[in-house]
Amino acid sequence: MNIVVLVKQVPDSSSERTLHESDKTVDRDSASLVINEMDEYAIEEALKVKEAHGGEVTVLTMGPDKATESIRKALSMGPDKAVHVNDPALHGSCALVTSKVLAKALSTLEWDLVIAGAESTDGQVSALPAMLAERLGVAQLTGARKLTVEGSALTVERQTDDGYQVVQAATPAIVSVWDTINEPRYPSFKGIMQAKSKPVTTLTLADLGISPDEAGLGAATSEVVEAAPRPPKQAGVKIPDEGDGGVKLAEFLAAGKFV
Amino acid sequence: MAEVLVLVEHDNGVVKKVTGELLTAARALGEPSAVVLGAAGSAATASARLAEFGAEKIYAGESADIDGYVVAPKAEVLARLVRDLAPAAVLVAATSEGKEVAGRLAVKTESGLLTDVTSIDADGTAGQTIFAGGMLVKSRVRTGTPIYAVRPNAITAVPATGAASRQDIEVSVSDSARAATVTERVVEARGSRPELAEASIVVSGGRGVGSADNFKIIESLADSLGAAVGASRAATDSGFYPHQFQVGQTGKTVSPQLYVACGISGAIQHRAGMQTSKTIVAVNKDPEAPIFELADFGIVGDLFAVVPQATDEINRRKA
Ligand SMILES: Cc1cc2nc3c(=O)[nH]c(=O)nc-3n(C[C@H](O)[C@H](O)[C@H](O)COP(=O)(O)OP(=O)(O)OC[C@H]3O[C@@H](n4cnc5c(N)ncnc54)[C@H](O)[C@@H]3O)c2cc1C
Ligand SMILES: Nc1ncnc2c1ncn2[C@@H]1O[C@H](COP(=O)(O)O)[C@@H](O)[C@H]1O
Repeated sequence: MNIVVLVKQVPDSSSERTLHESDKTVDRDSASLVINEMDEYAIEEALKVKEAHGGEVTVLTMGPDKATESIRKALSMGPDKAVHVNDPALHGSCALVTSKVLAKALSTLEWDLVIAGAESTDGQVSALPAMLAERLGVAQLTGARKLTVEGSALTVERQTDDGYQVVQAATPAIVSVWDTINEPRYPSFKGIMQAKSKPVTTLTLADLGISPDEAGLGAATSEVVEAAPRPPKQAGVKIPDEGDGGVKLAEFLAAGKFV
Repeated sequence: MAEVLVLVEHDNGVVKKVTGELLTAARALGEPSAVVLGAAGSAATASARLAEFGAEKIYAGESADIDGYVVAPKAEVLARLVRDLAPAAVLVAATSEGKEVAGRLAVKTESGLLTDVTSIDADGTAGQTIFAGGMLVKSRVRTGTPIYAVRPNAITAVPATGAASRQDIEVSVSDSARAATVTERVVEARGSRPELAEASIVVSGGRGVGSADNFKIIESLADSLGAAVGASRAATDSGFYPHQFQVGQTGKTVSPQLYVACGISGAIQHRAGMQTSKTIVAVNKDPEAPIFELADFGIVGDLFAVVPQATDEINRRKA
């Protein structure tokens, strides 16, 4: 079973994140950049499927030069190779364009299964895997907390607001995963060393047959027109419990008509 | 007036609260038409509720195929409506599934999509919060029929009368939309408590609660307030409470009228899921806990003393 894992590089959610003043795109220059957390679970799941059923795992990333670091980090967990879609004209691409580019890139690769994270922490659109299923006309097995592979038959437990659904499909398919699905491994020293020599293919828009004016900020289907930090919250009341803290709390709630 | 399509969130026709919010938001842009997709009988059940929030029309697409396959059938039906009616916009709820429907619809209709929308202006500009709620932006769609995935609890539902005249629409689902079959649905008990994303009050517990057994203290306070129970990741990872109740960046985003955080430090990833709550209350024994920076009302103290006492006092006041 050949698997492509979608890995996105995002600004670290524990550090300060901003938009560029000029074009209001995510500032990836001053941020500390990491692999989108959910994608580590996607990598882990791909490696598990490979360990059980054989095949190759390819990492696919669309992102600027800096994304190379995340690609190497991903490879150090165990995947065999990577494809990096990198083109200056991609700067500022919206989700719709990203899905077009990734779908094109996927069509140049041989795979049975695509595994992605269920959402990214920067755009948090959480729609990319569904968009790819739509573009590629393959089964959408998204929001998985469990994946079972038997031959070409796939079964996932799809997390819902009040529980889960059991969903079945045959390959080719796109699976997206939540962090409930597994526990990602840490790269071993050997893995880190090996990652340095694993093949990484770079693709430009021209390689994918996409014209630069179909991509990037100019082609974005939506735009940010205004951005401002959330106004700081007015300092609230903070009182030490002197034996009647619970009563005071109830009084506050009653005053706010919550009781 | 321009027609605006609203995809109704419902459970066999029982309309979810967010639908009233979507219909209210849609009225800023034009005349709302509710789209009810689901099993036979759903639209009839939903009708009265939709009329109360101003739905002029109800497009009823009833077929077992809607719930029988993952997401794709809903997107196909909506795409056909968009082509036939050329609406001013399409609104869906920003739930996991709602965003996926919106994503597929955006591809089908080559339209811009805005997710986690918290407000919509008459000119179509939408408010969004990004980066864990740390930044407020205004965005607009430049291409096609604007699609908005609106965050539950962000907009106050305002009643308005609508004719709710029903029109049945055909549900014919393509083969590729049948690629992923739903074979079973499992509801994991949350008792009689409201759904986390929809609840107007949420009481959450963190690592400070200490054990699964101790979470009963959190549940009792929640029940005294008619609230949903939430948990921090430290609490779900430690097995104190099921993962589906996790609030935060990798869990649910909630925006209730009241959020009560007990034994939660207030890490940025937790704040990501709750900082747009209207009123925030914290109980924590560490006066330096960052959650107090957000709290409108904070008690510095031991939650094992404060929370049960608050529960008793609330129950006494209600009696
Ligand atoms: C990529 C990423 C994603 C994440 N996503 C999420 C997410 O979605 N949701 C989330 O919640 N976290 C998330 N986290 C984890 C987050 O960073 C914190 O680790 C987590 O929120 C801490 O949970 P906590 O506040 O319960 O625990 P702690 O930080 O350990 O805080 C426990 C608090 O309880 C207080 N306390 C202890 N005993 C008592 C007592 N008896 N009475 C009163 N107070 C007491 C302590 O003073 C302390 O402030 C994520 C982290 C990363 C890196
Ligand atoms: N630029 C990208 N390159 C590779 N994968 C991506 C990219 N953007 C999104 N993805 C994948 O799609 C998932 C969902 O992203 P999103 O829809 O942006 O929240 C992520 O977890 C990634 O697996």
